[in-house]
Amino acid sequence: MKRKKRIEEKFFIFLAGFATYSLMALLGLIIIIIFVKGVGSLSFSMLFTLPKGGYYYGGEGGVLNAIAGSAYIAFGATLIAIILGLPAALYINVHLYRYRRTQNTIRYLLDALWGIPSIVYGAFGFALMLFFGMQASLLAGTITVALLITPIMIRTFDEVLAATPAGLLEASLAMGSTRSETAFRIFFRQGMSGFVTAVLLSFGRGIGDAASVLFTAGYTDLIPRHLDEPAATLPLAIFFQLGSPIPEVRERAFAAALILTVIILVISLTARHLSGKYSKTIIK
Amino acid sequence: MILSLCLILLLPLVIGIALYMKSAPLLEREGFTSLVTSSAWSPEEGHFGFRPFIFGSVYVTALSFVFAAPVCLLSGIYLTQFASRKLVRIMHPVIDILAGIPSVVYGVWGILVIVPLVGEYLAPVFNVHASGYSILAGGIVLAVMCIPYMLNMLIEVFNTVPEGLKEASLALGATRWESVKHVVIRKSYPGIISSYGLGLAKAFGETLAVMMVVGNRVQISLDPFEAGYPLPALIANNYGEMLSIPLYDSALMFAAFLLLVIILLINLFFRYLIHKTKKR
Repeated sequence: MKRKKRIEEKFFIFLAGFATYSLMALLGLIIIIIFVKGVGSLSFSMLFTLPKGGYYYGGEGGVLNAIAGSAYIAFGATLIAIILGLPAALYINVHLYRYRRTQNTIRYLLDALWGIPSIVYGAFGFALMLFFGMQASLLAGTITVALLITPIMIRTFDEVLAATPAGLLEASLAMGSTRSETAFRIFFRQGMSGFVTAVLLSFGRGIGDAASVLFTAGYTDLIPRHLDEPAATLPLAIFFQLGSPIPEVRERAFAAALILTVIILVISLTARHLSGKYSKTIIK
Repeated sequence: MILSLCLILLLPLVIGIALYMKSAPLLEREGFTSLVTSSAWSPEEGHFGFRPFIFGSVYVTALSFVFAAPVCLLSGIYLTQFASRKLVRIMHPVIDILAGIPSVVYGVWGILVIVPLVGEYLAPVFNVHASGYSILAGGIVLAVMCIPYMLNMLIEVFNTVPEGLKEASLALGATRWESVKHVVIRKSYPGIISSYGLGLAKAFGETLAVMMVVGNRVQISLDPFEAGYPLPALIANNYGEMLSIPLYDSALMFAAFLLLVIILLINLFFRYLIHKTKKR
């Protein structure tokens, strides 16, 4: 009996450890494969030129249009998400401070909102576009992505704000400042690390998401100059080039995937670094 | 401030209404049940049966769940109960990065690794000829995508189990694994179920990665080496032609509406469960 027990113990702990380490290996595998496959056709012109004539049949050019389009959309969407999300997150934590129930209900709804898949946002954005008689454009894509990332922004920021000690709120109010002053002056500074993480996380989601811009941003070989022009995006550039039967074009899709992966890795590592940096100055 | 908050909170309602209104023309003509149960799909002739797509979605999701669930449970237990502090510190960024990799990159990886794996190595073992673009490949890629999501929630769940309970169990002479089995898992049962449920919802709505490896053929087949066609892929693949065929746009919007309702309901239910257990 005792022997059996010991074997079971060993076996399951081994299995659990194996599962954990294999996850690490999995991440390594994914990154290595993307690197090895992508680095071959990654070049200067790939990064800094627009697709030229016959690009999709193996001609000259690069994916600058998609990189620029993705950057525009992600920046614009993050900006809108900040404008919508920042006051909302502060409001939950400062003005609703005494209403635990309401706070919890709002968080509950936001979490549920986070779960809605991006393709549904895409379809909704498309329905809106038709309603307003718009074409697929930079503006439509940006708004759709903004709607997608705002709940993420609020909840990530909120998570950090919620950890603010109650004494800080009380002290600030006792000094005679209004709730809004407390929110924007005290809580915002206190939650700076969370804010930075939230912004970078949302930006990463915005730049990597494909399903939401598929209908709404369109695709073009040019860098958009106005809000009502269509915009190419990096994920879609990868997707479309992979669909090509020509090997060189597929190779380029791998290179574009590498570019996207590097961008995401940089964002994610920066977020870690910065949030550590800002959390040194907060009051515990 | 209130305005921006309300705007966001009303969003699901607005999305739901917009998608419903768009799909209303088709719903009026066919009726909900016949749309969902019919498997005749030929938009040119005006037949819209969603059964193959719903089947495809459910099948891929279920398959991914079978792969992901045990890995997440074991790894969650290991990270919260047995792992050294150093390993936990390393694993946190690993999980975060895995969760942050965009779906299209997972798709590329799936095409490079999983599809050949399924087509060239797994299929011959079972004596079938397959291209590799299959339900199975979709399930595997989806599982990889859902693991960081579920694992994060599971770690949170296991961390809320009071230390005292474990210590009591150990003091009674139970081994560490026994304490985990009888105390930790039992105590966090609702949390585990909720994490799994939310993971399922996430898998159900995943679009691009799945669509790149699943083959996209309209059929109902139980063979995992056959191609399938999940709901999100249907929407994403056909948006280009949907305005040229009557009622087609309505059908795609109905698909989106279906996705929204299913996923929102799952989310609301399991999140409620989590909120309930957190309070206790």
